[in-house]
Amino acid sequence: MITIAMVTGFILILMGLYGALTNPNILRMIVSFTIANTGVNIVLVAVGYIQGRTAPILDEAVPVAEAAARIIDPTPQALVLTAIVIGLGVTTLMLTYAYKLYEMKGTLNIAKFSELKW
Amino acid sequence: MIKRALVLLFLFALGTLFVELLLNYTPDTELNQTGRYYAEHSAQDIGTANITTAIIVTYRGLDTLGEVTVLFLTAAIVGVLLGRGNHKGKSLQRKLPPSGELLTTGSYLLVPLILLLGAYVFINGHLTPGGGFQGGAIIASAILLMLLTDPLRHFSHSLIAAVESISGLFFIGIGVLGIFYAGGFLDNRLLPLGELGALFSAGVIPIIYSFIGLKVGAEFSSMLVNLSETEDT
Repeated sequence: MITIAMVTGFILILMGLYGALTNPNILRMIVSFTIANTGVNIVLVAVGYIQGRTAPILDEAVPVAEAAARIIDPTPQALVLTAIVIGLGVTTLMLTYAYKLYEMKGTLNIAKFSELKW
Repeated sequence: MIKRALVLLFLFALGTLFVELLLNYTPDTELNQTGRYYAEHSAQDIGTANITTAIIVTYRGLDTLGEVTVLFLTAAIVGVLLGRGNHKGKSLQRKLPPSGELLTTGSYLLVPLILLLGAYVFINGHLTPGGGFQGGAIIASAILLMLLTDPLRHFSHSLIAAVESISGLFFIGIGVLGIFYAGGFLDNRLLPLGELGALFSAGVIPIIYSFIGLKVGAEFSSMLVNLSETEDT
């Protein structure tokens, strides 16, 4: 279970980075970055998983007294929630800058933006 | 060609690193110290059924404030970058094909339901999986559906800004009240903790999370509206 999630996450990270590094189109790069972001989140959640335990929510199934023995680690989940939200903010900013770049040059091909190239 | 080879080399190195990590990873069989503390104490100290919510809103409430600030900054930057020079006169004049019967009727049916689900998710954030951020995102998805149905629809920027600032103010105000009437900034014991699992429990967490939900929903909506009001050049 953990292995599946982690392998998926790592593969998504590699796929995302490959896409971001090889695609010339800025929009595709942004999509690739979000894929890599998802991969990181999956790996982080998988780290907090403990075999045979359940979600960190107390109810009839998980009484307070047994909580420490029945639930998975809640800390990575809180972290990933933050990471998802920040990731969304970063994606929005990237899209906004992509729009401004398109407005300026009329193209989204990264090869055409050579001002800072050395 | 060389560039692609370099990329592949880099990814190969990274992949080897990941494989190494994966092979040497031994999953926990016990909660670590932090997790154990949260599992044992959050029910009595915070009174939330959802322990993740207790961490996000109270134990690490300051971080959540930072997170909300980052979102606010993003929304503000998007507004500044896209809002400039985009006046009513020249923009929003393009002709669009009608959006179709299915989408229009579907959105009339779905938008109220989606808004209701969003409100449910953030009000019950301390009991069920969910919370302010998720609820806010769901609310913004209703706005997105409305924008898909009618891309020229005008949303009031001042209303969105008012919702956002008022909920932000209340969020911080409740946090500051915690300094005077409870244990510290963003302490949830301003109100009685109540019974574990009840809707009105966990002190001020449902209130704080509702304000976070409104704020996040308003921020996401303002980003969506700003992005949709851009024009093809």
